[in-house]
Amino acid sequence: MADLAHSGGVHEAHHPKLQHHFEDLDQQREASTLGMWLFLVTEIMFFGGLFCAYLIYRGASFDAFAEASRSLDLYLGGFNTAVLIGSSLTMALAVWAAQVSKRKALIVFMILTIVLGAVFLGVKVIEYSGKFAHHHVPGDSFEWAPPYGDPANEAGTEMFFSLYFAMTGLHAAHMIIGMGFLAYLLIPAWQGKFNADWYNPVECFGLYWHFVDIVWIFLFPLLYLIGRH
Amino acid sequence: MSHHVVSRKLYFGIFAALMVLTVITVAVAFVDLGRLNDVVMLAIATLKAVLVILYFMHVKYSGKLTALTVVGGFMFFFIMIAMIMMDYIGRGFLG
Repeated sequence: MADLAHSGGVHEAHHPKLQHHFEDLDQQREASTLGMWLFLVTEIMFFGGLFCAYLIYRGASFDAFAEASRSLDLYLGGFNTAVLIGSSLTMALAVWAAQVSKRKALIVFMILTIVLGAVFLGVKVIEYSGKFAHHHVPGDSFEWAPPYGDPANEAGTEMFFSLYFAMTGLHAAHMIIGMGFLAYLLIPAWQGKFNADWYNPVECFGLYWHFVDIVWIFLFPLLYLIGRH
Repeated sequence: MSHHVVSRKLYFGIFAALMVLTVITVAVAFVDLGRLNDVVMLAIATLKAVLVILYFMHVKYSGKLTALTVVGGFMFFFIMIAMIMMDYIGRGFLG
């Protein structure tokens, strides 16, 4: 509130983006951040249901899950983890660029984030097509046999891959939606509408993107790393 | 404006920490620690998530209301897990 005096308090000249029911831009930004977090809390519960299902079935078929996890490509998974953390960095830097009114840097970091997201999804396409080729997609054609593992574990491994596709699929859907939003936000960014006074959409989108990153931070070890030792 | 601008240096530092933790979690996965493998794995993932939430998502610099919302969200997630596991594990008790 230190800048209330500086800006003339509630009687300041209206910033075009200041909505009438807010006292000032700070309050407006805090409200939008809070609203975004409330949405993300529902997302925690949304993904949480799947994590809970994973927990229960992992306990029920412990060895089958480890075996199925070993069949995933650790290099591709590790590479994607690095790519996604990198995209979180570029998104954080995009928010920084908006905060210091650097229009060009903002556009560059937003595009970099979209590109890294596309790389992640491209690798996911390679991984998914491998699963189809090896009959590791749950359903009538599912098959669990050497060299991947013991056919006796078929029921457990099929459950692992059901969860694998549900969780990574939902995660990928979030990324596709996020990349669409980010592309849409490029328009006002290009027009120079985001600056130190007002950048709420960039900040809120950043929260969403980092949340999607956090989901992957948990998915990567739970899906790729449980059967390596 | 009174918003807190996190320095680029800090962002790069957090990024480096996240990458190092990723390498550590992959390395530890190849060491057989028995049941501890899962504990270490989830501990590292949680640490990474906390770094992202505090610094990339600016919760360290946000108001108390936002912080409370975040903590509350995760708390209810753990309550959900605990309740469901109690039900799942406890079913056998009734024969």
